[in-house]
Amino acid sequence: MSKRLKVLAGVAGVALAASMLAAMPAGAAASKAATAKSAKDVGGLAGLIKLAKAEKELNVIALPRDWANYGEMIDTFAKKYGIKVNSQNPDGSSADEVAAVKTLKGQSRQPDVVDVGVAFAVQGADEGLWAPYKVATWGDIAADAKETNGLWYYDYGGYIAIGYDAKRVSVPPKSFKDLLNPRYKGQVALNGNPAKANAAFSAVYASSIANGGGLQDITKGLDFWANMKKAGNFIPVEATPATVQSGQTPITLDWDYLQAKYSKDAAGKVDWKLVVPSDAVFFGGYAQAIVKNSPHPAAARLWQEFLYSDEGQNIWLKGGARPIRLPAMVKKGTANKSAIKSLPVTPKGATATYPGLDDVVTAKSLVALLWGTL
Amino acid sequence: MTSAAMRSTSETTTGGNPGRGSLNGPLRSLRTYIGLFPFFIYSGFFLAIPTLQVMILAFRNQDNGWTLDNVKEAVAGVYLLSFQQSLWLSAISAITGAIFGFIAAYAITVSNIRILRRVIQTASGVFANTGGVPLAFFFIASIGTYGLLTTALKKIGIDLYSGGWTLFTFSGLVLVYLYFQIPLMIIVILPAIDGLRLEWREAAGSLGASKWQFWRYVAIPLLAPAFTGALLLLFANSFAAYATASALTSGTIPLVPLQIGSLVSGNVIADKANLGYALGFGMVVIIGFVMAGYAILQRKTAKWLGN
Repeated sequence: MSKRLKVLAGVAGVALAASMLAAMPAGAAASKAATAKSAKDVGGLAGLIKLAKAEKELNVIALPRDWANYGEMIDTFAKKYGIKVNSQNPDGSSADEVAAVKTLKGQSRQPDVVDVGVAFAVQGADEGLWAPYKVATWGDIAADAKETNGLWYYDYGGYIAIGYDAKRVSVPPKSFKDLLNPRYKGQVALNGNPAKANAAFSAVYASSIANGGGLQDITKGLDFWANMKKAGNFIPVEATPATVQSGQTPITLDWDYLQAKYSKDAAGKVDWKLVVPSDAVFFGGYAQAIVKNSPHPAAARLWQEFLYSDEGQNIWLKGGARPIRLPAMVKKGTANKSAIKSLPVTPKGATATYPGLDDVVTAKSLVALLWGTL
Repeated sequence: MTSAAMRSTSETTTGGNPGRGSLNGPLRSLRTYIGLFPFFIYSGFFLAIPTLQVMILAFRNQDNGWTLDNVKEAVAGVYLLSFQQSLWLSAISAITGAIFGFIAAYAITVSNIRILRRVIQTASGVFANTGGVPLAFFFIASIGTYGLLTTALKKIGIDLYSGGWTLFTFSGLVLVYLYFQIPLMIIVILPAIDGLRLEWREAAGSLGASKWQFWRYVAIPLLAPAFTGALLLLFANSFAAYATASALTSGTIPLVPLQIGSLVSGNVIADKANLGYALGFGMVVIIGFVMAGYAILQRKTAKWLGN
C-alpha cells in the first residue's frame, strides 16, 4: 500500500468511526422511543422532544391541507419543534394509507403516523401494524373512543349534515324525511359511493337511524335511498366543490366541517348553508395510530402529543372539526371560544354516538353488497 | 456538397457497408432488439409485474396463505352482476360507437374534403382521450338536472327529464361513453376505409355490379376484420373506464372497476383488498381474450392493406 493510500484509508477509518459514534446515540435512542408506551418511558415530554428533534423528520400521509385545518397543524408542528414534515399523497384514502404502511416497511419513506377510518385502525391493529402509545391527555378521551392498550384512538370528527344552496332551495330540508319531498326532485347528492367514501357511507347509516333501523339495521337506510332514487330526488353525482359551486348538486350530505368549508369557499357563487338533520344526529370520526417500527418513532409520538394537546385540538376546532377532547377542554375552559361559536349548530341534546364495531362491519358489508342493486 | 451528400446516400442504400450484411445471426438479432430494451423495461415494470402481482394476490388471503375464496366470491352475487353490467355496457357502447364512428369516417372519406378530414382527425384525437371526472362534469353541466342545455330547453318547452330518463342511468352512461368511443372509432377505422380503393368500386361497376353487390361481395368482406378489430378495441376501452362512471353514478350501477376501487382503495371496506385483486384478475382474463382476438384480426387487416 502506498503512503498516500494509507493516509486515505486512515482518514476513511476515522470518518467511519466518527459517523458510527454520531449515529449510535441516535440509534439507541430511536429504539428506546420505538417501544415507548408513553412519554414517561423516554424521560417525559422534554425527553421526547429531544429525541424527536434528533430525528429531524416526520412522515405523514393522506392529510389534505384544507381538511380539518391540517395545513395549519403541520406548519405549527414543524415550526415549533424544527421537524421537517414530509406529507405524502395528501388526497389518499384510508386503504392507501394502510397499503403504504405495508409496502414501505423498512424504508425511510414509510409513514410514521396515520389518520384513518376506524375500520382501518381496527384492521391495522389486527394485523399488528400499530405501536401502542398513550398521550399525556389519554384520560380525556372517552373510553369507547379508544383501543384500551393505545393501539389507536379517535382524533376528531363531525356530524352528518345536509348542505344546501339557499338560492335554489327556498324551503330548506330539516330532516332525512324531508328529503323525500317531491320538491327536492333531482337535487340530493352524496359525496360518492357509500362503499368507497366514508361520508357517503355515514349518510346512509344516519338515514337508517332516521328510518327506525338504528345502528343495527342499515337496510332501513338502504331502503330510504332506494326510495329517494325511485322518486328521482337522489342524483348519484359525486358531490365535489365543483358540483356544489356550479349549482349541479343543490343539496348534498357530508360531514358538517366539510359543509362549513364548502360555504366559505363557495361564497359569492352559491349561498351554501347547512343543517344537521333532526331525525338523525350521526357522529363520525377518524382515528390516529402510530406505525410500529416506523423510521421516526420519537417524532411520531411527539406528533401525537401535539395533536392531543390543547394547542393541537384547538387547531382542529378552528377547522370546524370537533376534536375528541372537546368536552374536557370546554369544562376546563381551554377550548377556543370563538371557534366553538362558529361550529355548525347541532340540534339540542345531540350527543356523539359511537356505533359498535361489529355493527359497523355488518353495515359496511351490507352496503357493499346492496348499494349496486338499489 | 450536393454530390457528396448524394454519394453517401447512394452508398448506404446500395449496401456500401459490407460489414453490416456479414454479421452472423444471433448477434444481428441482438442488435435489432437493443432499441426495444427501453420498451421492454417500461412494459415490464408498468404492465407485466403489476399484472403478475394482481394474479398472485387474487389467490392470497388476509394472512398471506393461498386460497380460492376470493375468486369464488368474485363470480357470485353482486360481483357477478357487476361483470354482467360491465360487459353489457362495454358491448353496447362499443357497438353504437363503432356504427356511428364508421358512418362518420366513411362520410369523411367520400366527401374528399382535405380540411374537413384534418379537422376531424385532430379533434377525434383530442376527444378520444377525454375521460375521467372532467368528462363526467361536462355532461353534468350541460345535460344534468340543472345543466345549461337542460335549462335552456326547458325554456322552450322541452323537458329532457319529463319521461323519467336521467343522465345517471345505464343509457346515460352509454351516451357519455360515446363521447370518446365515436372519435376513437374514426381514428382507427379511417386507414381501413382509405384502403378501399376507388378503382375497385369502378372495376366492380364496369363489370355490372350493383351498389349493393359491391358492398356485399367486396367492401364488407374487406372491411370486416378491421371493423371487428376496432370493435374489440372500443370494447376494451370502455371496459376499463373508471373515473367517469364513478363520478356520474356513485356506484348505483355496479361495474367491475368501481367495485375494485371500493375494495382496494376506499375509505369504507377495510379488509377485502384481495377480493378486489380477484376482480382485477377476472378483468385481465377478459381483456386477454379480447386482445388475442384483436391481434388475430389486426394481422388479417394488415395483410390486405398491403403493409
